[in-house]
Amino acid sequence: MSQETLKTHLEEAFAKNIRTDGRKLLEFRNITIDRGVSSTAHGSARVRAGNAEIIAGVKIDVGTPYPDTPDEGALMVNAEFLAMSHRKHEGGRPGIDSIETARVIDRTIRESKSIDVKKLCLIPGEKILMVSVDIVPIAYDGNMIDLGTIAAMAALQDARIPTVHEDGSVDYENLTENPVPLSHLPIAVTVFKYDDMLVVDPTEVEERYYDARLTVGTLDDGTPCALQKGGSASFTVEEIEEIISLAQKKGDELRGLLK
Amino acid sequence: MTAKLHIQERQIVVPGQVLATGLEYLPSKGTYRHNDTIRANRIGLVQIDGKVIKTIPLAGRYLPKRGDTVVGRISDVLISGWRVDLHTMVDSVLSLKEATNEYIKRGEDLTRYFALDDWISCKITQVTSQNLVDVSMRGPGLFKLEGGTIIEVDSQKVPRIIGARGSMVRMLKKATDCNVVVGQNGVIWIKGEPDMEVIVIRSIRLIEQNSHLQGLTETIKEFLEDLTGNEVE
Amino acid sequence: MTKKEITRHDGRKWNETRTISAQAGVIPQADGSAVFTIGNSTAYAAVYGPQELHPRFMQNPKTGILRCHYNMLPFSGPGSRGRPGPNRRSQEISMVTQNALSPVVDLTDYPNSVVDVHIEFTQTDAGSRCAGICAAAIALADAGIVMKDLVSAVAVGHLDGTVVIDLDGEEEHFDGEVADIPIAIIPSTGEVTLLQMDGLTQPELIIEAIKRGREEIEVITKVQRDALLKKFSSEITGVQEAKTALKKILSEEKK
Repeated sequence: MSQETLKTHLEEAFAKNIRTDGRKLLEFRNITIDRGVSSTAHGSARVRAGNAEIIAGVKIDVGTPYPDTPDEGALMVNAEFLAMSHRKHEGGRPGIDSIETARVIDRTIRESKSIDVKKLCLIPGEKILMVSVDIVPIAYDGNMIDLGTIAAMAALQDARIPTVHEDGSVDYENLTENPVPLSHLPIAVTVFKYDDMLVVDPTEVEERYYDARLTVGTLDDGTPCALQKGGSASFTVEEIEEIISLAQKKGDELRGLLK
Repeated sequence: MTAKLHIQERQIVVPGQVLATGLEYLPSKGTYRHNDTIRANRIGLVQIDGKVIKTIPLAGRYLPKRGDTVVGRISDVLISGWRVDLHTMVDSVLSLKEATNEYIKRGEDLTRYFALDDWISCKITQVTSQNLVDVSMRGPGLFKLEGGTIIEVDSQKVPRIIGARGSMVRMLKKATDCNVVVGQNGVIWIKGEPDMEVIVIRSIRLIEQNSHLQGLTETIKEFLEDLTGNEVE
Repeated sequence: MTKKEITRHDGRKWNETRTISAQAGVIPQADGSAVFTIGNSTAYAAVYGPQELHPRFMQNPKTGILRCHYNMLPFSGPGSRGRPGPNRRSQEISMVTQNALSPVVDLTDYPNSVVDVHIEFTQTDAGSRCAGICAAAIALADAGIVMKDLVSAVAVGHLDGTVVIDLDGEEEHFDGEVADIPIAIIPSTGEVTLLQMDGLTQPELIIEAIKRGREEIEVITKVQRDALLKKFSSEITGVQEAKTALKKILSEEKK
C-alpha cells in the first residue's frame, strides 16, 4: 500500500472539489488590476490575486529593425522571478522558470498579432520603435504565466509612445497621446493536471504537486494563438480538447477584467 | 531626573521607541538602556512587571530551544540518521537511536523508516551555541505525519495558536474533528476532512492576524461553533 | 546661516520633503516587508531570514550577517529601458545600504546565518538609495529582527549655498552650484551611517546640510514607525469575511 503524502492528500480534497483556500478546482482567485503604477515606465500595471502581486512595466525605445523584417517594430517580453517575491527564488541570472514564463507570455502576445508591428516602423530599414515589457512578481504565489500575461496586457493598454524627434532622438519625458496599437486582448490560461483532475490558478503550494500543465493563449474570439505543455506527465488528446475549451471559457472571463 | 513611563501595558512598540526615562526602571527582554532611557529593540507588545519592562515579540523567525516540540521535513538521509528541515536557519539531525526503538542493522536502507520529504513531529534534545540541533522522536505524541496539510505561520504566533494550556488547539480539533500538530517552529500539520481543514486553516490565519489582541479565544469559539454547528466546550 | 528662502521648482520649502508614504507587511511570503515612497521614488523591501548562509566559507561563527541587494527594475529609471541584473552601481549601493543598516542590527543570536534584504524599485526620481534604506529598516523591524533603532535616510544638499532637504531629479541637475548628500541617521543617537556626496561644495556647507538633515529627518522616522504600528489593528479583524467565505463553501458542499 502506498503511503499517503501531502500530494495524495491534496488530491483527495481536489476529488471533493475543495482547495485549502476554499476555492473550487476551476475557480480563479479574485483579480484586481491597477494601471499607471510607475511614473518612469511608459505604461505599467499591477495585478493582485490572493497573496500574489505582479508588476509589469513598458519602455518604448527607438532602435534599428532586424534585417529580415526591415519595416517592423519589435516587441520584447522579459520576466524575472525576483528573490524578493518568494523564499524559493534565488537572485542572480534568470532561471529556467523565468525564461519559460517570459517566452510563453511573449508568444501569446506576439502570435496573437495584437500589436501591429508595421505601425511601429518609423523609417523602413532604419528606425523602428521597440516595445519592451518587463514582468516581475513582487509577491509570488503561483500561476505566473496567466497573471503575468494579464499584467503585461494591462501595462500595454496603459502605455503611451514617447515623442520621437525628426533626428530620431527620443524625448522619454514627454509622452504622446498615442497608445501602442492593440487589436486583440490575448489571454493565457494554464490548466494544471493532478492525477486525472484539472485545476486552474494554483497557489505556490498547489503548484508544487502538479503532474502536467498546458497553457493555452487565446484571442478575443477564442482562437488559440499559443500552446505550451509543461510538467513531466502526459495528456490524452481528449484532455487536450477539454483544456482548450476550458481555456476559451476562462479566457473570456479574464479578458473581461481588461475591458 | 524623575522617572517616567512613556508607554502602557500591552502597547505595541517599535525598535528605538522610548519606553521609560530615569534609572528607576529596569530593561528586560526586547528592550535596552541607553544612558537614562529605556528603548525597545524589536517590534513587540509591552509588559510591565513592577519596575521591569520587557516586550513580547510580535514577529521573528524561530530560534531552536531545547525541549520544544517541532514539525520538520526529512531533507536528507545520512549514514546514521536523517537531516531534518525545521524551517529555521540550520538543519537538525535525527540519529538512528533517537528515531525508533527498532534495531536497525548497519547499512540498512534508512528510507524504509523515513524517506525524503516525509514529515515528522519531534522534540529538540540539544542546541549548541552555534545552533547545531539534535532532535528525537522518543516520547509521547512524536510520530511520522502521514498525508495531511502543512502550513507555516510566524513562530512568534504559536503560543496564541496553542492557547493557554492548549485550549485553542483543543477547540480547533474538537470543532472540526481534525488532527492538528502545532510545532513551536511555526510549522503546523493538519489532517481531517477537506472542508474541515479549510476551517482550521482559516481559523489559524485569523489567530495569526489578531494575535496581539485579547478576547481571541471567545471570538474563535463563536466562529467555529457558527461554522461547524458543533459545541466546542 | 543659510536659512534664506529659495524658490524650489515644485514650490517646496527648503526643509520640506516630497510626499512620503509607507506600508509594512506588503509581501506575505517574506519574513518582513515594506514599501516606501517619497515623491516618485518607490522602494519595496523584503527580508528573508535569519537563514542558513551559503556558501559556507562566508559564515561567521560569532554572529549572523546582514546582506543587502539593491536593484532597479528595468522600467524604473528615466529614459530608455535599463539592463536587468546587477551592475557596478547597484553593487556599490547594495554595499553602502548594508553598512547603513548594520550598526542598528543585532544578529548575535543567529551565528553562521544570514539575513537577506532585497530592495527593488518600481520607479525612481532621485533619492532611491535613501528610500531603499527607509523601506529596508521597516522590513527588518517587521521581520522581528533585534535592532536598537530604525534607520532613516534622506538626501540633503544645497543649491547655490542654500541647504535643501530631499532633492528630486530636477534639483540634482540644478543649473548652478549643487551638492547632493544622501545621509542615513540612527534617530535615537543622531549618528550618521550613510554619507556620500557628489558635487562641489565647502566643508561648512556639508556640515550645515548634515545638521539640518538630521533635524528634519524626524518626519521620515515618524512615517516609518506609523507604518509598523498600523499593521496591528486595535480590534479583531477579518472574522466576518472569513465566515462569509467559508459558509458559502460549506453550504455548496452539502448540496
